[in-house]
Amino acid sequence: MARPHTLQVNPMPETVLDRRDVIPLLIENPHEFLVVAGLAGSAQELTAITNDGPNVYALAGAMGAAVSMGLGLALAQPKRRVLCVTGDGELLMNLGALATTALMNPPNLTIICVDNGHYGETGNQDSHTGFGVNLAKIAEGSGIPAVLTINTMDDLPEGRRLVREGNGLAFILLRVKEGKPLNTGRLMNPAVGRTRFRQHAIGHV
Amino acid sequence: MTSHDVTTGAVTWPDQLYDLLRRAKVTQFAYVPDAGHRVLIDRSLADPDVHSVALTTEEEGVALLAGADLGGARGVLLMQSSGAGNCINMLSLNKGGKFPLLMLISMRGEFGEGNPWQFPMGQATQPVLEAMGTIVLRAETPADVIPTVEAALTMVFQSGETVAVLLTQRLIGAKKFG
Repeated sequence: MARPHTLQVNPMPETVLDRRDVIPLLIENPHEFLVVAGLAGSAQELTAITNDGPNVYALAGAMGAAVSMGLGLALAQPKRRVLCVTGDGELLMNLGALATTALMNPPNLTIICVDNGHYGETGNQDSHTGFGVNLAKIAEGSGIPAVLTINTMDDLPEGRRLVREGNGLAFILLRVKEGKPLNTGRLMNPAVGRTRFRQHAIGHV
Repeated sequence: MTSHDVTTGAVTWPDQLYDLLRRAKVTQFAYVPDAGHRVLIDRSLADPDVHSVALTTEEEGVALLAGADLGGARGVLLMQSSGAGNCINMLSLNKGGKFPLLMLISMRGEFGEGNPWQFPMGQATQPVLEAMGTIVLRAETPADVIPTVEAALTMVFQSGETVAVLLTQRLIGAKKFG
């Protein structure tokens, strides 16, 4: 009988980074960005590090939306830097969005995939990346011009440079250990989140 | 305003529709290609003042245009009726988040359809969209198109609703199989 098996073709080092340490170091000043944060851990983490900032639209549903929302926002606000921060499970649900984003190539968008190899919100089941699927290679194959994998703190300066000074579409695969995200609670009303974000981003509802 | 050129008999509503969308400040055109939307897609590709976004699946477009709304931009999502089914869970954004959304859906699997594969989703398009809170309007004749989309634009961008305009098979003609 068949079942998911660990891939041998994409050997990757053991994960060593703790998301609670590395995400704030990678993004540094999250208030400077317009942010779409996809589901569970990413949404909790971006809410926590911005102290529930109005510049973060945090998803708690519509799985697979984050990258496309980031693209629409980046096209609508070409003078602002846009971050899409999402997880491996959320991204796996709509891999085609990477291809679409590469074709549009918005220079003001950085996608950060926080890859813990698990579905943290549903009982920590292995995700496809936990079995060895490499989302950075998929991003490269899609044609995203700058792709970086962060495995250790040594990779962080290049990641910070892409986030801070990047002048072009970038994809960062941030490989972290299993474990809880920073979580201070988050806004769960999607309509209130929309109103708050638009007030911040465009000055009216 | 007529929807056929009276001297040549050519169909003119697709061009009028593009002009209407542009007057309504639509700047993001998102689509999975379909013959029924050929003029809108081609004109968006040729228009330097809009983003023309080819999608891999229609649900990307629902999310894309929610993101556009967060940034203060207006868009339209073009698809065939089979794509409506691909959007269903993503429409949670619109119902829950009150994101405005205009969808133009070219219909298959109804009036005069000759491909049996098209019927299940074609016949289900209106009820499944309505089940997710989408208001569905139908354009049955060339003369219907512009007034129907004008009404939809008001409902979407003034009232914040999610509206699908079905460009019916009676309007666009059944594809020939054989």
